[in-house]
Amino acid sequence: MRTILVILKKEFLQIFRNRAMIPLIFFMPIFQLLILSNAATYEIKNIKFNVVDLDQSHFSRELISKFTASNYFTLNEVSFSVENSEESFKKYEARLIIYIPKDFEKDFRTNGKSEVQFLINAEDGSAAGIINNYATNIVRQYNSEIITKSSIVPEKTALINVEFMNWYNPELDYKTYMVPGILVALVTMIGSFLSGMNIVKEKEIGTIEQLNVTPIKKYQFIIGKLMPFWFIGIGELIFGLTLGFFVFNVPLLGSPFLILLLASVYMFVVLGIGLLISTVTHTQQQAMFIAWFFMVLFMLMGGIFTPVESMPDWAQTIAYFNPVAQFNRAMRMIMLKGSQLKDVLPALYFFVIFSVVIMTLAVWRYRKSE
Amino acid sequence: MDDKYIITVKDLTKKFGSFIAVDKISFEVPAGEIFGFLGANGAGKTTAMRMLCGLSIPSSGTATVAGFDVYKQTEQIKKNIGYMSQKFSLYEDLTVKENIDFYGGVYGLSKEKRKEKTEFLIDLLKIEDAKNKLIKSLPLGWKQKLAFSIAIIHEPKIVFLDEPTGGVDPITRRQFWDMIYEAADRNVTVFVTTHYMDEAEYCSRISMMVDGRIAALDTPGNLKKQFGVETMHEVFVKLARPQSNE
Repeated sequence: MRTILVILKKEFLQIFRNRAMIPLIFFMPIFQLLILSNAATYEIKNIKFNVVDLDQSHFSRELISKFTASNYFTLNEVSFSVENSEESFKKYEARLIIYIPKDFEKDFRTNGKSEVQFLINAEDGSAAGIINNYATNIVRQYNSEIITKSSIVPEKTALINVEFMNWYNPELDYKTYMVPGILVALVTMIGSFLSGMNIVKEKEIGTIEQLNVTPIKKYQFIIGKLMPFWFIGIGELIFGLTLGFFVFNVPLLGSPFLILLLASVYMFVVLGIGLLISTVTHTQQQAMFIAWFFMVLFMLMGGIFTPVESMPDWAQTIAYFNPVAQFNRAMRMIMLKGSQLKDVLPALYFFVIFSVVIMTLAVWRYRKSE
Repeated sequence: MDDKYIITVKDLTKKFGSFIAVDKISFEVPAGEIFGFLGANGAGKTTAMRMLCGLSIPSSGTATVAGFDVYKQTEQIKKNIGYMSQKFSLYEDLTVKENIDFYGGVYGLSKEKRKEKTEFLIDLLKIEDAKNKLIKSLPLGWKQKLAFSIAIIHEPKIVFLDEPTGGVDPITRRQFWDMIYEAADRNVTVFVTTHYMDEAEYCSRISMMVDGRIAALDTPGNLKKQFGVETMHEVFVKLARPQSNE
C-alpha cells in the first residue's frame, strides 16, 4: 500500500508539473462544450425565405406574417415571380420560397380549398426536411385558425389533426443532445490517451528499467500509474456536468450519482485500453497513433455525432460491443430521460466484463523482465 | 552456495534468436569486492548484468545473486541490489528531494527514514542549494552522483553500475569513484561495467569480455603482468584484437 501511495504521489507531481496538463484538463472541456455544442448543430434557425405573393390578399399577408413572427423564419425579399426569387437561392440568400398563387383567398372562401407552394433548397436533405416540417406546421396552424375564425366551412373539414410532442428534448436543442456525448468523448480521451502515453513515457526516457529492478510489484506499478487518470477522468466528468448544467442549461433528469457509478467502471475500460496500448508500443508517438486510430473508430461508431440507429445492421452490431457507444447511450438516457439503474444495468454489466477482460490482457502483456 | 561469494555464475548464456549475446560465462564475486566488467561495445556486458539483476531471464546456465536464483527469485534479488543504468534513471521533472523520496519509498523505507536519508544525501553531495531544483537543471556530473546515491539508498548488499560515468569529465569521474570506494568500504559489493580503461585500474578484479565470452579474469596488476604490458588499455587491445572481425 505504501508503495502505491509513493507512486501516486510521484505521478500527481509529474502530471501537474507538466505545463500542458492543467490547460488540457480545464480548458479542453470548456472549449469542447462551447464550440461543439453551439457550432456543430442540426438545429435550423433564422431560415431566410422569399415570398412570391401573387394574391396580395388579407389571407396571404396574414400567412406571411405568421412566418415572420416565428423564430425560425426571416423574410429575405418579396418578389412577383419565382424566376426572380430563384436568384437568391443560387446566392444562398434564401433557402425557402413561398409561392402564393392568385386567388388564394378567393378559392378558400368559395371552394373551401386553396393551395400554397414551398420551394426548398434541398442540397442538404435533412435540413430541407426540417424546413419543410416547420413551414408545414405554420400553414397547418394558420389553416385551423382561419377555419374557426371565419365562419366559412370548407368542403372537407374532416382533417386528422396530427399533434407533435418532442419528448426529452422538447425544444430540439442540439446542446442538450451533444453535451452528454462530448463528456463521453472527454473521459474516453483522458482514459486512453493520457494513461497510455504516461506509461510509455517511462519506457521512452528509460526510467522503466530503473523501476523494473526495484521491488515494485507489477500490480503496484499499474495501479499507481492508472489511478491518477481515473481521478482526473472522474473529476473532469464532474466538472463538465456542472458546466453543462449551470452554464449550458442541459437537463440532468437522472441521478448524477448513477452517472458517476457508470463512469467509474467505464474508466477502467478505457484505462485498460490505454495500458494495453502502452504494452505494445515503445514511444509516446506510437502510443498516440494507435490510441488515435482506435478512438476515432470507437467515437465515430459510438453515436456521439451520428445516431447509431441510422447505421447499417452490421455497424449496429459492432456498436453493441463498442464501450463508447454504450456509455454514450447510457449518458443520454440518464441525463435526458431520467433513466434509472435498472435501465442502464446492461451497460454496467458490459463495462464490468469488458474491463476485466481488457485489464487481464494488459496485465498479462506487461512484463517486468524479458 | 559458498558463503564467501555473493555472486556465483556458472555457464550463464543468453541467446537472442541465433545470436549468442553471452556465451557460457562463469565467475564468482566475493562480498565487498569492486568487480569490473570490461569489454568493447556489444561484447555482452550489459546483457550479462541485466540477467544478474533479474531484468532478463537467462537462456541457460545458473547464477545466484545474494544467495537468490536468477530464474525463480528475481523479486528477492531486486530487494537486495541497487542498480544504475547507462541510461539516466532519475526523473528529470522531479526535484532532487522528490527523487530521493520516491526511490526511498519504492524500496520500502519509512517516512522518517526517507527524510533522514534525504537530509544525509543532500549534505553528503553538498547540494543544499539545489535540493528543490528539478533534476533537468543540474549538471550531468551531479545527476550521476545523485543517481548512484539513490541506487544504494536502501543499503543493498550489491550495487550494479552499468557504465555509470559515460560522458562526464575526469574530475567528476574521480569523485564518482571515491563514492564507489566508500560504498565498498561499507562492504557493499560493486559490480561495474565500463569501457574506460583508466577506471579498470580502480577495480579489485577485472573480467574482460570479448564476443560474449570472458577472455581474462584477474586483478589489474596480474593481468598487466600476464600480458607483459604497462596499462590496462594495452591488455584490452591485446585481448580484443585477435577476435575482432573488422
